[in-house]
Amino acid sequence: MDRFLYLTFDGLSRGAVYAAFALALVLIWRAARIVNFAQGAMAVATAYVGYSVASATGSYWLGFVVAIAGGLVLGAVVERVVMRFVDHSSPLNGVVVALGLVLIIQGVLGMIYGNDYRPAEAPFSRDAFQIGGVTLLSRFDLFVFGAVGAVVVLLTLLFTRTSTGLRMRAAAFAPDVSRLLGVPVGGMLTLGWALAAAVGSLAGMLVIPTELGLHPNAMDLLFISAFTAAVLGGLDSPVGAVVGGLVVGLLLTYVSGYLGANVAPMAVLILLVVVLLSRPDGLFSKAKARTA
Amino acid sequence: MTIVERLATTTKNRQKSRQNRFVPLAGVLVGAAVIVVLTYTLPPFRNYQLATIGAYLCVTAGLTVLTGLNGQLSLGHGALMATGAYTLALWQDRFNLLLPGIVLAVVVTTLAGGVIGLAAARLRGPYLAGLTLAVAVVVPSITSTFDNTFNSDQGLSVALNPPPGVIPVEQWQVWICWAGALLTVLFLAYLVRGRFGRDMRAVRDDETAAKLAGVGVARTQVLAFVVSAACAGLSGALFAVLAQSVSPGAFPLTLSLFLVMAIVIGGLGRLTGALIGAFLLVALPSVAQSIAEDAGSQHLEGNLALTFFGVVLVVVMLAAPGGLASMKFPRKIRKQKGQE
Amino acid sequence: MKRTATVLAALLLAAGCSNGNSNSSGGSSSNTPGVTDTEILVGTHQPLTGPAAAGYSSIAPATKAYFDYVNANGGVYGRKITYKIMDDGYNPANTQQVVRQLVLQDKVFAILNGLGTPTHTGVLDFLKTNRVPDLFVASGSRTWNQPDKYPGTFGFNPDYTVEGKILATYVKETYAGKKVCFLGQDDDFGKDSLAGVEQVLGSVTAKQTYVVTNPNVGPQIGAFKAAACDVVVLASIPGFTALSIGTAAKIGYKPQFVVSNVGSDPTTLAKTLGAAAPLLEGVVAANYLPLATDDSSPWIQLYKKVNAQYNGNATFDNNVVYGMSVGYLFVQALQGAGKDLTRDKLTEAVQKGGFTGPGLVPVRFSAQDHSGYAGEQLTKLTGGKATYFGTPYTTDDAAGAVAPYSGTAAAPPANGVPPAQ
Repeated sequence: MDRFLYLTFDGLSRGAVYAAFALALVLIWRAARIVNFAQGAMAVATAYVGYSVASATGSYWLGFVVAIAGGLVLGAVVERVVMRFVDHSSPLNGVVVALGLVLIIQGVLGMIYGNDYRPAEAPFSRDAFQIGGVTLLSRFDLFVFGAVGAVVVLLTLLFTRTSTGLRMRAAAFAPDVSRLLGVPVGGMLTLGWALAAAVGSLAGMLVIPTELGLHPNAMDLLFISAFTAAVLGGLDSPVGAVVGGLVVGLLLTYVSGYLGANVAPMAVLILLVVVLLSRPDGLFSKAKARTA
Repeated sequence: MTIVERLATTTKNRQKSRQNRFVPLAGVLVGAAVIVVLTYTLPPFRNYQLATIGAYLCVTAGLTVLTGLNGQLSLGHGALMATGAYTLALWQDRFNLLLPGIVLAVVVTTLAGGVIGLAAARLRGPYLAGLTLAVAVVVPSITSTFDNTFNSDQGLSVALNPPPGVIPVEQWQVWICWAGALLTVLFLAYLVRGRFGRDMRAVRDDETAAKLAGVGVARTQVLAFVVSAACAGLSGALFAVLAQSVSPGAFPLTLSLFLVMAIVIGGLGRLTGALIGAFLLVALPSVAQSIAEDAGSQHLEGNLALTFFGVVLVVVMLAAPGGLASMKFPRKIRKQKGQE
Repeated sequence: MKRTATVLAALLLAAGCSNGNSNSSGGSSSNTPGVTDTEILVGTHQPLTGPAAAGYSSIAPATKAYFDYVNANGGVYGRKITYKIMDDGYNPANTQQVVRQLVLQDKVFAILNGLGTPTHTGVLDFLKTNRVPDLFVASGSRTWNQPDKYPGTFGFNPDYTVEGKILATYVKETYAGKKVCFLGQDDDFGKDSLAGVEQVLGSVTAKQTYVVTNPNVGPQIGAFKAAACDVVVLASIPGFTALSIGTAAKIGYKPQFVVSNVGSDPTTLAKTLGAAAPLLEGVVAANYLPLATDDSSPWIQLYKKVNAQYNGNATFDNNVVYGMSVGYLFVQALQGAGKDLTRDKLTEAVQKGGFTGPGLVPVRFSAQDHSGYAGEQLTKLTGGKATYFGTPYTTDDAAGAVAPYSGTAAAPPANGVPPAQ
């Protein structure tokens, strides 16, 4: 039982960071109808900048803010300079450009910072609280949960309560009609990219301290888990991303703990097959709303 | 209409299109002749690269039909290649009969493709991408869970007889790989011209309309997946022959992603595009590395090559959204686009 | 289809034309590939980019720097060594490609220090068929030690079973009666190491594996804590060593860590752990080369000089020491092969063995044995710095006993270049 509780908390804290990154994928999907394969590399780039600032100034929080602001800027730049000029008649063109961006970002980061792991400090202690011999969560885990929760609330408010959010969704779903109705489609796209990249950067700042450290490829594996989580929950649903992230985190941990680490990817595949065969648009898809 | 539909248009405008007056068989025979001549003129390493292009062409040709003509995106074809490669390795270990082994590899991968295809037919867009991605990353997990059979990360070596007579190994490899590649291309070229090709395009363009016209949507999608899986299996088996070894690390997720990049950059839905893509998969990394080498600094070497590779992808995609295969006749395309 | 054929022909002819590279055969040494009167061309495959590049990407430049140093001191029999480093990103498919390029196109004399078990395993047959000497492979797999099957392949690192036996011997002597757990990478590294450990200790209390594609060892370390293990043996790469130590601290678990040489470079670990680096205090590991922080070692003094002059003053860690030691051993082998250099003579020279160099224990090369260093000595991390303690041990990968080694370490020659034999 102790073992089960321990694994549950371990899985939840892993799942929370998957959820954070899955949220970024959901956001960009809602805003631009694209799965941004460069999201991970972009987040790493801003995390490098953030940690450079943090180590130069000695203030983690300044670096944290810079990283997220950097995400906003990088997202906007990528949209304005590159993505805007991609022919979107085939959805794959965007995917290939994003993959190209991944290589460029990783190459440039490698040139500037080298291909070694760099330490990534966490702003709070990562030592977990223990109650009755059972290891629970650390302060940092709680911070991650809090941040993820805040992002979900803000996103939900943005998309359901503000006209900007509504315009963003409209611009993504039906750009031509939206344009006729006076929605600045281009601006909405830029905004969507900027916001998604900022959430991605936040996720990067949350996940990198829990893994091997800063590295040009630091988010590659996370991207896979987070994408799986987003697909599982439904790419249109922020709540789905969070649930998907937690489910994937728990599953990976339970399977690693009880059956062995090598079995875990198979378990994820089986879960995906089972879920998607019954709900082809993810757990939290709106009924019958087929994606574009 | 999207660029990916160009092949559909050319087929519809069969009378108008010059391209279609040529019989695929003739093209393949010309190709075979060119290859044979090349194998006698190229030095060994170029022959090896040529063989690798042939092995890649099998999978890119199948994938471009699946993605370009049927509209299904697969990020898991690397795993299907691994299936073919491992099948051949296990067969060769016991029997050492290459041709039946390759056939078996294709059969086994076709079955695997059928299973994935059944699931894939229910999924669209990013959900299909997500599922196939999960398939792609499961390969190392399988090889280490069943390590008595697959020998974990280190993989298996592939028993091969030396080439007959005094033929150099690399030349022999080209012949094997290109025999496979040209047969694949021939098969696919006839397939996409026939009824099945029409069904695939109909399903891609509008599923509801296709259904109304009596096309079995799910059936067509599963079949398309199966066909491309068979091609991937053949490709995997050929890679096993080329490398004389198989290991999970040789079929990572990046391979699956690079395959998709190759067919898009080459020109989606076109066999010519698949060929260009296969060529780029071999040429671009080595060009990138030699450019980076000339540029100097030891510590930048690998990263400079990566960056160069990325820049090429982005620039080509922006300059030629229809892929390199479309670059020659931009006007014609626009006209065709307008017609539909 | 015709266009297909045309495009094909054009592309391939273009490829063919670009092959104007010099085929640098000829020269004095009876047409040995890669050898001329003035040059010896040697190649390697290394992960310079990608997740596996961390730490390892500094090895080959260090080897190259040592060769440059040797070249500046007159080379080997008047020949300068050119070291061509190819990036394979630790992907076996890329290794195939770059090694063929080195052998078939660049016509290298030998492949040196190719890195990685899965990557290098795939090219063994190719190198054998082409009779290319395959020296000092950078991994502790037992695969390299098959003189009958692969007569041209030689290892460098002590193999993982040898290391497992030595680590376990230390645990057995120092922590008699304590519970021991084992965490290993899910491949030959973890498996061979565990085999060595269990040969000495018998069955361990709990054993777990990790996979490199899942950077979370929470479940594994949690199991060790639940089993109340006093000692945890790690057969892990540096990132996962740091992760394991960090995770244990996170859950308030403080066992004695005993770590494989592969994952124990203190500089790399401290870099990864950052502010948590004090956790490394007391970690026991093993090594067989001089330690980068040991300024009193004449080898380190030599390597630091080379590093400053020819390696752009790169961060001086155990990987740099490793790379230069590989270079030193290779130059020794070249000196042993004599002036009339051929591939067979090189292999014979390595097989003759008897090299004395930076290693604390001898290399084992002989006609029957192609494995590398014969053993290791234990180190302990104190104050962020590893130091050797006890005596070096040697053993084999079979049932042989773990025996203390009493030979003394050699000092480098005055000019830092191994003398002609």
